[in-house]
Amino acid sequence: MLSPTTAQAIRESGAVPKSEYLLEVENVRKAFPGVLALDNVQFKLKRGHVHALMGENGAGKSTLMKIISGIYTPDSGSFRLKGQEIRLNSPLDALRYGIAMIHQELNLMAYMTVAENIWIRREPRNALGFVRHEEMRRRTQELFDRLDIQIDPEIEVRDLSVASRQMVEIAKAVSYDSDVLIMDEPTSALTDREVDHLFKIIRTLKSQGKGIVYITHKMNELFEIADEVSVFRDGKFVGEHPAASVTRDDIIKLMVGREITQMFPKQTVPIGDVILSVKNLTLAGRFQDISFDLRKGEILGLAGLVGSGRSNVAETIFGVTPATSGTIEIDGKRIDIRSPAQAMDSGMAFLTEDRKETGCFLLLDVMSNMQIALLRRSHVKAGFVDERTLQKLCLEQKNILRIRTPDLEETILNLSGGNQQKVLIARWLMIHPRILILDEPTRGIDVGAKAEIHRLIGDLAGRGVAVLMISSELPEVLGMSDRVLVMHEGRQTGIVDRKDADQVRIMELASQ
Amino acid sequence: MAKESVPVANAGEASPRGRRRLPPELSILGVMIGMMLLFEALGWIFEGQTFIFNALRIKIMILQEAEIGIIAVGVTQIIIMGGIDLSSGSVVGMTAMIAASLAQTEGYTHAVYPGLTGLNPVFPVIAGVVCGMIVGLINGSLIAYTKIPPFIATLGMMVSARGVADWYTNGQPIGNLTDAYAVIGSGWWPVIIFLAAAAIFHVALRYTRYGKFTYAIGANPLAARVSGINVERHMVLVYTIAGVMSGLCGVVHTARAISGQAGVGVGFELDAIAASVIGGTSLSGGVGRLTGTCIGAVILGVLTSGFTFLNVDAHYQEIIKGGVIVAAVITDQYRQRKRRTA
Repeated sequence: MLSPTTAQAIRESGAVPKSEYLLEVENVRKAFPGVLALDNVQFKLKRGHVHALMGENGAGKSTLMKIISGIYTPDSGSFRLKGQEIRLNSPLDALRYGIAMIHQELNLMAYMTVAENIWIRREPRNALGFVRHEEMRRRTQELFDRLDIQIDPEIEVRDLSVASRQMVEIAKAVSYDSDVLIMDEPTSALTDREVDHLFKIIRTLKSQGKGIVYITHKMNELFEIADEVSVFRDGKFVGEHPAASVTRDDIIKLMVGREITQMFPKQTVPIGDVILSVKNLTLAGRFQDISFDLRKGEILGLAGLVGSGRSNVAETIFGVTPATSGTIEIDGKRIDIRSPAQAMDSGMAFLTEDRKETGCFLLLDVMSNMQIALLRRSHVKAGFVDERTLQKLCLEQKNILRIRTPDLEETILNLSGGNQQKVLIARWLMIHPRILILDEPTRGIDVGAKAEIHRLIGDLAGRGVAVLMISSELPEVLGMSDRVLVMHEGRQTGIVDRKDADQVRIMELASQ
Repeated sequence: MAKESVPVANAGEASPRGRRRLPPELSILGVMIGMMLLFEALGWIFEGQTFIFNALRIKIMILQEAEIGIIAVGVTQIIIMGGIDLSSGSVVGMTAMIAASLAQTEGYTHAVYPGLTGLNPVFPVIAGVVCGMIVGLINGSLIAYTKIPPFIATLGMMVSARGVADWYTNGQPIGNLTDAYAVIGSGWWPVIIFLAAAAIFHVALRYTRYGKFTYAIGANPLAARVSGINVERHMVLVYTIAGVMSGLCGVVHTARAISGQAGVGVGFELDAIAASVIGGTSLSGGVGRLTGTCIGAVILGVLTSGFTFLNVDAHYQEIIKGGVIVAAVITDQYRQRKRRTA
């Protein structure tokens, strides 16, 4: 067995072991109470290759990566790093062996600077043990120059956009000079341009002989960047293929075990009267003069780069951050919305962008998470909650949305991201909204569930619900929307009809 | 491309394995019983007598902890909601003085309000409870609407309320209370009041919308707001309820002591927090139950009573009590972490 410290010493000496595989993992098994998360899976990563991991939510990808990066210890299984047997007991071990992970959820310290975040635990120090800030800044700048990242190393992380934070995470992982880099959905918060930038970085790393494990739900990324693809389903390893020799449909079939015919099933539904009318809506410092009408049965896409103010508009309409000027009319009546409760009374529902921050009650069970919005207006008699009816309603939603959880009493923390998202969608469907605002409804969700959610949105529109949908994924916006409102730096740059909308037109408006 | 023959899993349905969850209080109940048995054994070894089967000892123990328990009913709810209350002990002192001043015997010449002696005990009770309520309302409003941290707001109130208690009679104790008033503190009344309050709020937390909202705000106040909950109003409500409980404790305490003293209730707030935390309520909010708090209060009582029984020096008692509180939180966190990685 090769110890972490020896491994570190070997890496620092610059010696290059000859083995073809950087990392070989075999027969890994991991059980959690009630679930077999990984059932004898295998995984091999070649030097200088990008290996994509695909699978539905809960298929075991993230669990496997957490094992490889030392966060979980497996029940059984063997690990070989460059041909040498190893054992990982902590994330620190993994780093010493040269395995670095970029997490799906960002793990930066908000009140520390970019440089401090990157070099944490490895700060350059002087003879007295004090941190050499200037040196740290210089190293960060050097690293950023190498990766062509334009972020001030001295800025505090809380002042950065989500996309910039993601770039910092990536730079941090690169700074460990690891041989194996694990990226868990690194592009979920990035715009197309930033994705291109990331891919450039990945190609550089590849050429230096690093191996990259790339978890994604996005097919086009897979074909653009990956060399191999391994597919997982229900905790089992389904197969490994060269990316060049499979098609999109092949992979979907492997992932879901069934065929998904159409990605964006746009149903033509009759569009009704205007239900929501927004005029010159402004939130000082965030966005200004947003005006649009939303009709019954219509899906209005809201597109724009990350940071263009899309989410702010949604939050303002829902009363999370009340507008500084402009008007909102519902059914022709002007309403001054100052709180989410008020918006809900007007028939609105709002699926927020950030599951963890503003969506889930992570410590509470699935049922509490699902029923909370409904409780405000109904199913309460003399203060007492009507548990039996609610249980029935929640079970119904669980079945309709195919939420994977042992039971409704399970803590939502233990569900996979996609299933958490479904619980949140159920929360809002249960109040039967007339206007549904969705902010990144399918972020971090696998194809199977994604198609289900798309179909669901289509069905809702068919029943006369007006939908305002924000998405960073252009194909989603184009596929689902009747019209697309595009924003750029807080301003509305145009509303495009479905028949005129294509990626080029939208990107032109979004980047001006 | 089609060599895989993994059976198609029914993606939606998880296995309907009936995983019955044990109530989380069970482990803490075990600790309580274990502790009692330990003192019983030590009792026979060192003192040659029983610990548990001494009715008087158990009664004193329970009566002592009932007062802490009454406050803890309110404090637990605040902690579940993600807050903290440091002011409860001082509020006990303040309301004790106010209630006592309205409960003095008829014609007592040195009464605080010579014109208001011999009143029906309803008046001092209401006065005490309403004062507690007002304090809670102030705490809650400060925290909800000025967004200052609960720790700071209630720390300020802790100092101020104690000041009111001292100022009220310039530190003089208030004696000569009516017999009718003293009834509230006699016999098993304090315990009955405690258990009734605990039962009411246990039901409220588990089965009412009030309870669901309390847990939701504790688990994630941002998500609670987006879900349409009026977070500020609910916070004020919960702090007000806690204030009422502190006021009630002040009333019960003066009735039991048959006098009002400005110094009473010092440290009660910490005992109440300790009872909650030992009982499994998480200081980060969203988790906790009143049944646990009741057991936590009894554990504190067993410790005090047991050490006194064994003639352990009072200073050692405090040292060990502190250790027990910390140990309780450590095991609780460990348990939670295990659950979380599961």
